[in-house]
Amino acid sequence: MIKFENVTMAYRKDGNPALNDVTFEIADGEFVFLVGQSGAGKSTVLRLLIREESAQNGTVLIDDINIGMLPEKEVPKLRRNIGMVFQDFRLLPEKTVAENVAFALQVLSKSPDEIKQTVPAVLDLVGLLDKANRRPEQLSGGEQQRVAIARALVNRPAILMADEPTGNLDPDTSVEIMRLLDQINKAGTTVIMATHDAGIVDQMRKRVIEITGGTIIRDQARGVYGYS
Amino acid sequence: MSPFMTRFRFVLSEVWQGISRSITLTIALIATFAISLSLLGVSLLVGSQVNEMKDYWFDKVEISIFLCTSGSDTATCTTGPATEAQKSQIRTDLEAMKPLVSEIFFESQQDAYNRFIERFKSSPISANVTPDQLPESFRIKLSNPEEFITVVNKFMSRPGIEAVRDQRATLSKLFSVLGGLQVLALGFGLAMLVVTSLLVGNTIRVTAYARRREIAIMRLVGASKMALRLPFLLEAVFGALVGGIIATGILSLIKGYLVDQVIATSFTFTSFFGWQAVVSASIICIVSGTLLAFITAWFGIARHLKV
Repeated sequence: MIKFENVTMAYRKDGNPALNDVTFEIADGEFVFLVGQSGAGKSTVLRLLIREESAQNGTVLIDDINIGMLPEKEVPKLRRNIGMVFQDFRLLPEKTVAENVAFALQVLSKSPDEIKQTVPAVLDLVGLLDKANRRPEQLSGGEQQRVAIARALVNRPAILMADEPTGNLDPDTSVEIMRLLDQINKAGTTVIMATHDAGIVDQMRKRVIEITGGTIIRDQARGVYGYS
Repeated sequence: MSPFMTRFRFVLSEVWQGISRSITLTIALIATFAISLSLLGVSLLVGSQVNEMKDYWFDKVEISIFLCTSGSDTATCTTGPATEAQKSQIRTDLEAMKPLVSEIFFESQQDAYNRFIERFKSSPISANVTPDQLPESFRIKLSNPEEFITVVNKFMSRPGIEAVRDQRATLSKLFSVLGGLQVLALGFGLAMLVVTSLLVGNTIRVTAYARRREIAIMRLVGASKMALRLPFLLEAVFGALVGGIIATGILSLIKGYLVDQVIATSFTFTSFFGWQAVVSASIICIVSGTLLAFITAWFGIARHLKV
């Protein structure tokens, strides 16, 4: 369970808050779109959840743990429970697909046996088992994003967060990625996706939280991108 | 394979990538470590040399009265080697000069020979020396070394005495030169170490930039603070260790070639520091270099690496 309680967060003390008194809850296993213009505060929500930032006011809770009060040495453990995917994929260009995914396990000192078992399984899940030895530059954008999703999932996080994951992809590829995210969600992972891709939001018919100027202006159970 | 080894192998491969990616910077790092640690080592060796000489000379002698041998050719030795009567007269006169003369020690030719062999056992010249070539001497300590001239005047032109030397005065000049050299080497060494620590900081910044993608991903997937820092620490420590090993090589060359082969053959009046001094100087260099690398890297990382 994710809970934001009256969260206010400004990047600079004197600046306008990126989030202003934001309150919402996301239950385990939900699929939620965060929508809004660029700079509306969508990414800030995600950054607060992985403690890239801390709120000035209010509390951010995951499973009743106050993320803002987490001691610094506990922060890595928090992040192991949250998978993260970005618009620009963030793959390591000199590593193969399998090595990119394995990297997330290696930095956590997982055993070679575990890596050998887990990596192919997760590559199979995202449909890239046959391209395990390719390098990112040899893949299409959609495939690269699948690798990024595989890497985000390989530690079996309870929450998957995606910041504009289809931002660099064409509409058909975007639909494939959305199918994959939906499939992951149906397997029990909470998915939070920040986007301003109206077509996708309209198509998926999931819960939509709309943020404008740091404030939630809409929280709709089976929403579309806009009212228009 | 144990989890530790797994992790270590992975970290090492990451470090190796970091090193090979910025090879010129790594070379610069190693070179500055090698130079600064060598200078530090040289200053330690000069220190050992000063101690070696002080230990040997200062405690034993302040004034030496060398008696005539059969080979002496000064005006006071025309009658040949010092006679027993001359020797006992000298001793009586010295006894009479107490308390200015605080200690009197007579060194026979055999004593002189033994001491000579002991000091120069590693030098080829010891093979060509026989006891009768070395003068007998009275070694005197003064309660007030400043008054050495009184003693010099009293014995200088006496028959049977070849020379009176205040060796402390000669040595003091030498020691002050060596001391200056030591301070100079230490000063340069420390200045170079400051430069080296700046370079460590710079290397970390460049490495952090080169590895920014990896670091971003490591943070994202929840790598611990140590896992993030370890490659940087290892890279800096690697530079210090290799630099330290090179410095050890340079110090060994200085001892094995410059001191033993060149200097020792032209300066036979004293012995030189042994390999033990090189070993301890090298250990001090490697340990202090590694510590410096570790500490500057640790704080450098804190500046460039948010967890």
